[in-house]
Amino acid sequence: MIEEGKEKVWKDYQKEIAEDNYFYARSCIRQNFFPGSEVAFLRILKELGKNLFDDPRHTTCTGIAYHSDIVPFDTTMTVVARHFALMTEAGLKNFVPSCITSFGIYTEVLELWRHHPEIEQKIKENLLKATGRTFEKPENLAHSSDIIYKFRNEIANKSKYRLVNKETGKPLRVVEHIGCHYSKMFPEKGVGGAEYPLVLTGMVQAWGGEVIDYPERRQCCGFGFRQYIVQANRGYSVACSKKKFESMAPYKPDLILTNCPGCPYFLDRWQYVVSEMEGVTYGENNGGIPVFTYEELAGMVLGYNPWDLGLQLHQVPVEPVLDKIGVQYKKEDKYKGVNGKDLGRPESPSCLKI
Amino acid sequence: MDTNKTVAVIGGGIAGMEAATFLSARGITVYLIEKEDKLGGHLLDWERLFPTMRNGSEVVKFLMDGVKADNIKIMLSSKLTAAEKSGKGYNLRINENVDLFADAVLVTTGYDLFDATKKEEYGYGIYDNVITSADLEKIFMSGKALQTKQGNVPKKIGLVHCVGSRDEKAGNVYCSKVCCVTGVKQAIEIKQKMPYTEVFNFYMDLRMYGMHFEALYKKAQADFGIQFIRGRLSEASEDQNGGIILKVEDTLMGKPLKLTVDILVLLIGLIPAKGSKEVGELFGLKNGVNGFYKTTDQHTLTNSSNVDGVFFAGACTSPKTITNTITDARAAASTVAAYLFNYRSLERKIEQNEDFWLYNTK
Repeated sequence: MIEEGKEKVWKDYQKEIAEDNYFYARSCIRQNFFPGSEVAFLRILKELGKNLFDDPRHTTCTGIAYHSDIVPFDTTMTVVARHFALMTEAGLKNFVPSCITSFGIYTEVLELWRHHPEIEQKIKENLLKATGRTFEKPENLAHSSDIIYKFRNEIANKSKYRLVNKETGKPLRVVEHIGCHYSKMFPEKGVGGAEYPLVLTGMVQAWGGEVIDYPERRQCCGFGFRQYIVQANRGYSVACSKKKFESMAPYKPDLILTNCPGCPYFLDRWQYVVSEMEGVTYGENNGGIPVFTYEELAGMVLGYNPWDLGLQLHQVPVEPVLDKIGVQYKKEDKYKGVNGKDLGRPESPSCLKI
Repeated sequence: MDTNKTVAVIGGGIAGMEAATFLSARGITVYLIEKEDKLGGHLLDWERLFPTMRNGSEVVKFLMDGVKADNIKIMLSSKLTAAEKSGKGYNLRINENVDLFADAVLVTTGYDLFDATKKEEYGYGIYDNVITSADLEKIFMSGKALQTKQGNVPKKIGLVHCVGSRDEKAGNVYCSKVCCVTGVKQAIEIKQKMPYTEVFNFYMDLRMYGMHFEALYKKAQADFGIQFIRGRLSEASEDQNGGIILKVEDTLMGKPLKLTVDILVLLIGLIPAKGSKEVGELFGLKNGVNGFYKTTDQHTLTNSSNVDGVFFAGACTSPKTITNTITDARAAASTVAAYLFNYRSLERKIEQNEDFWLYNTK
C-alpha cells in the first residue's frame, strides 16, 4: 500500500466546511440506536465554543421512505424545503444533518435544483402553499462527521486519552467505515471522496490511531434499506456484514469507526447474530470487534464518562478498547440509568463473550 | 529540387518524422521541432508492436533514416512559445530565443496517456501491484523479469481493458483504438516469458478491427490459453500479501466473479496531449468535443484545420495506430504541399454535418 497515493487523492476531495453557526438536523433513528452520540456532538461543539441550533420542529427528511419507494420525490423535496425554511427562520446558513442518508438526500436535492431551477421553483410554490413558509438554500452543507473532522486537531489538543495501547505504546488499529450515502453518490461532497475517504481516517490519525485498509473496506455494512426493511431479505444484510467481518478480522482491528446511523448498529448487532447462527466471533478472546460512532470516539478521547456516551448500549462490549487505552470508568455504573437507578442486565449471548 | 518553401513541423514523434521525410522529398525545407531531447515520441517507450511483435526500435530506425535529409533541420529540446501570422506564413519563436519563418505549419503533437490514478477504484499509485500497460512496456524494455513488488513471480495476472476510454465518468467517451489489441499482445508476451502464469483479460468488447488483429486474438486463446472474461472491473482492493482482489461481473456467465491476481495491468487509453492545448492556443485551433483537434471534415479534409496554413497529422486529431499514423503523416505532407504549391485539390469544398450529427443532442 502506497500511502502517498491516497494523500494525492485526498487533495482532490477537500470540501468547504463552515466554521461556526450551525443548524443541526437530527437523525430519526440514531437516538434509539446510539442515544449518546448526538448529545455528545452537542456537548463537544459547545465546549469548542460553537453556536448550534437544535430545532425541535425538525422532522424526518423522508430518506428511508424515499429509498424504499414509499414516498415520492416531490414530497421528499418539499419536506427538505421545510427544513431549509426552519434554518432560514433561525437566521442560519450552515446546515448540518446528523444522518448520512439525510446528508445524501439534501445533497441530491440541492444538486437536482442546481441542474433544474424550475423544479426548485415548483417546490418553493408547494411549500408556500402547504405551510406559508419560504426558504433560502444553505450556504454550506456538511455532515456532522465533517464538523468533527474539521475540529479533529482541536479535539486532539483537548483530549485526555490517545488511541494508543497503554501497555504496548502502539497505535490502536482501526477499521473506518463510511456510510454509503456519505460520498458514494457524490464523491466530491465527502472529505477524501468515495474510494479512499478521509473523514474518519483523519480523526483516527489525529487522535493517535492507525487505520487498517482491508479488501472489503468499500462493501456496504448491510444496512441497505431493501435488505432489512423487507424481512425476507435480511439474510443479505447479515451476509454483507459477515463478508466485512471475515475480511477485516485477519488484520486484528481493535475497533470499527463509523459515521452513519445504520452502520454502527448493524456492524455491532450482526456480530451477535453471526455468533448465534454460526458460533463465530471476530475479535480477541472470542469477543467481538467493538464498534463506535465518531461522536462516541471523540467523547471517549475527550474523557467523557463512557456510560454518558451510551456505550453500555452496544451489543459488542467496548470495555476492551477502554482498557487498552486506559480510560477510567466505573464498571458498576454500566447498567445504571441517568438517575442512578439500576436498569437490569441484558441476557447473555450464548457464544459472543461479553 | 529546392522550392524555397519552409514548413515547421511541431512534434517529433512518428507522425512528425514521417511527414518531415515526405515534405523534404518535395524540396521543402522542414524545421522538425521536438520538445524532448530525442525524436520518436511514445514509440521510444514501447518494446514490441502488434500484430507482428516487431521491435518498435526497428520502426524508429526506419523513420530516423527518413529525417536524415539535408533539408530537415531537427530542433530538439525545443518548444514553440509564440506564433504570429506573417503574409501567408508564420513567424515562430522557439524557446524564447530562436525566431524562424515557415510558409506553413504542420502540427503533430500526438497524444498523452490517460492518468490511471483517475480511476481511483483500480488503485493505481496506491496498491503495490497495480501497473499500467505503459509501465509493463518499460519493464519489458528493461529486460528485467516481471515480478511483484514483494519480489515474487506472479502466478496470476489480470489485464483490464478500456481504462480511461469509453468511460463517461472518466470524461472520455471515445474508444482509444489501440488498447484492445495491445492487451492481447501484452497477454501473449507475458505467457511467452512466463508460461506457467495464468493471464486474464477483462473486457467490455474486443475491437479487433485491424488486419491480423483477430488472428492474434485467436492465437492468444488457442496457443497461449489466455482467458478473456467479458466484464468491466468494478473495483480492486489489496490483500495482506499485496495481491489484488478483483470484483467483476462475468457478463457471459451472468455471474459476479471474485478473483485475486498478483499483478493487475491497466490498459490505459489515449487522451489529447497537453502540448496540443498549448500549441492550439497559439494558433487558435479548434478542438472537437473529445478534446482532440477538430479536422475540417471527418471523411475528406482530415489534415486541414480551421486556421489557414496550419495542418494536422497523427494522433493529435484522434487515437491512431502506428500504421494509421504513418499513413496520415504522408497524407498530411501531400496536403501541405498542395497548399504551398496551390494545387486545385485543396479548393474543393464539402458540406459539414458533423456538429449536427455527432454533437447536437436537441
